[in-house]
Amino acid sequence: MPKISIKAEHLFSIFGFDVTNSLVLAFITALILIILGIIFKRNIRLMPGRVQNLLEYAFEEMLNLCDSVLNNREKTEKYFPLVATIFFFVLISNWLGLLPGVGSLGILEVHGEESILIPFFRAPAADLNFTLAIALISVIAINIFGIVAVGAVTHFKKFFNFKGPIQFFIGILEFISEIAKIISFSFRLFGNVFAGEVLLIIIAFLLPFIAPLPFLFLEIFVGFIQAFVFAMLTLVFVAIATLEESH
Amino acid sequence: MKLLAIGAIMAIGTIGPAIAIGKIGSKGAEAIGRNPEAASKVQTAMILAIAFAEAIAIYALVVALILKFV
Repeated sequence: MPKISIKAEHLFSIFGFDVTNSLVLAFITALILIILGIIFKRNIRLMPGRVQNLLEYAFEEMLNLCDSVLNNREKTEKYFPLVATIFFFVLISNWLGLLPGVGSLGILEVHGEESILIPFFRAPAADLNFTLAIALISVIAINIFGIVAVGAVTHFKKFFNFKGPIQFFIGILEFISEIAKIISFSFRLFGNVFAGEVLLIIIAFLLPFIAPLPFLFLEIFVGFIQAFVFAMLTLVFVAIATLEESH
Repeated sequence: MKLLAIGAIMAIGTIGPAIAIGKIGSKGAEAIGRNPEAASKVQTAMILAIAFAEAIAIYALVVALILKFV
């Protein structure tokens, strides 16, 4: 039975800054997205070619989806970059984590009797630090968007309200729900991806051929759905935070 | 004892999400049956809701995995 580690393995340190195998793949994901973005920006034309046409269609559909939540094209154009960035970053990182070689290529480290495989790569979302970072970015951005849209006083009145005991208690609940958002965001993504990793390892250990295939399909689907859920939830929370109170 | 706890977490922790996903699926199928034109919209909402319900089971799974491997 292969050893399953719940935290990302430490590879090397740069100036006392620990680099784990999840971090390596997260940086590769960022690099891929940046390079694709630069290539796409260079080749952009007024008369779209085949690839540009496809991408324009996809973005049009995504903008329409955002419109259906925010009910306003102006707002969509303002908040779409954050939501789309989260979606693509999580999606590409999840799919990169399924490639052969991720988790299986590595160095053997000998600890006394037994030797442990330290993989070079690991799915970024299978490390709680990664998901926690995106969750923090998302929740902080939601609050900043809220402050910018409705003003600091109105926004913070949601948390600190001294009108009466009930409003005060609701404020405390709102505050707790903000922290719960971070926890549920990070654990949902981490749990799904890490559970997928464990499932694939165990199935491949029990039946190495053909049997893991349907589970790989499942993991591709789960990777997409979790990226979608993360982005949609961010969008919905942004929509709630930027909504002007009307009662 | 630890293995028993892990088994109990998964057994008890997945009852709620299982009921939730079943209800969401049944209501979604009902809605599509009543109004087949809205199938794509219903499906999106259904998958989102299922992902939320599934997250509860995933929390149980994370606790079980932490108990097992840490």
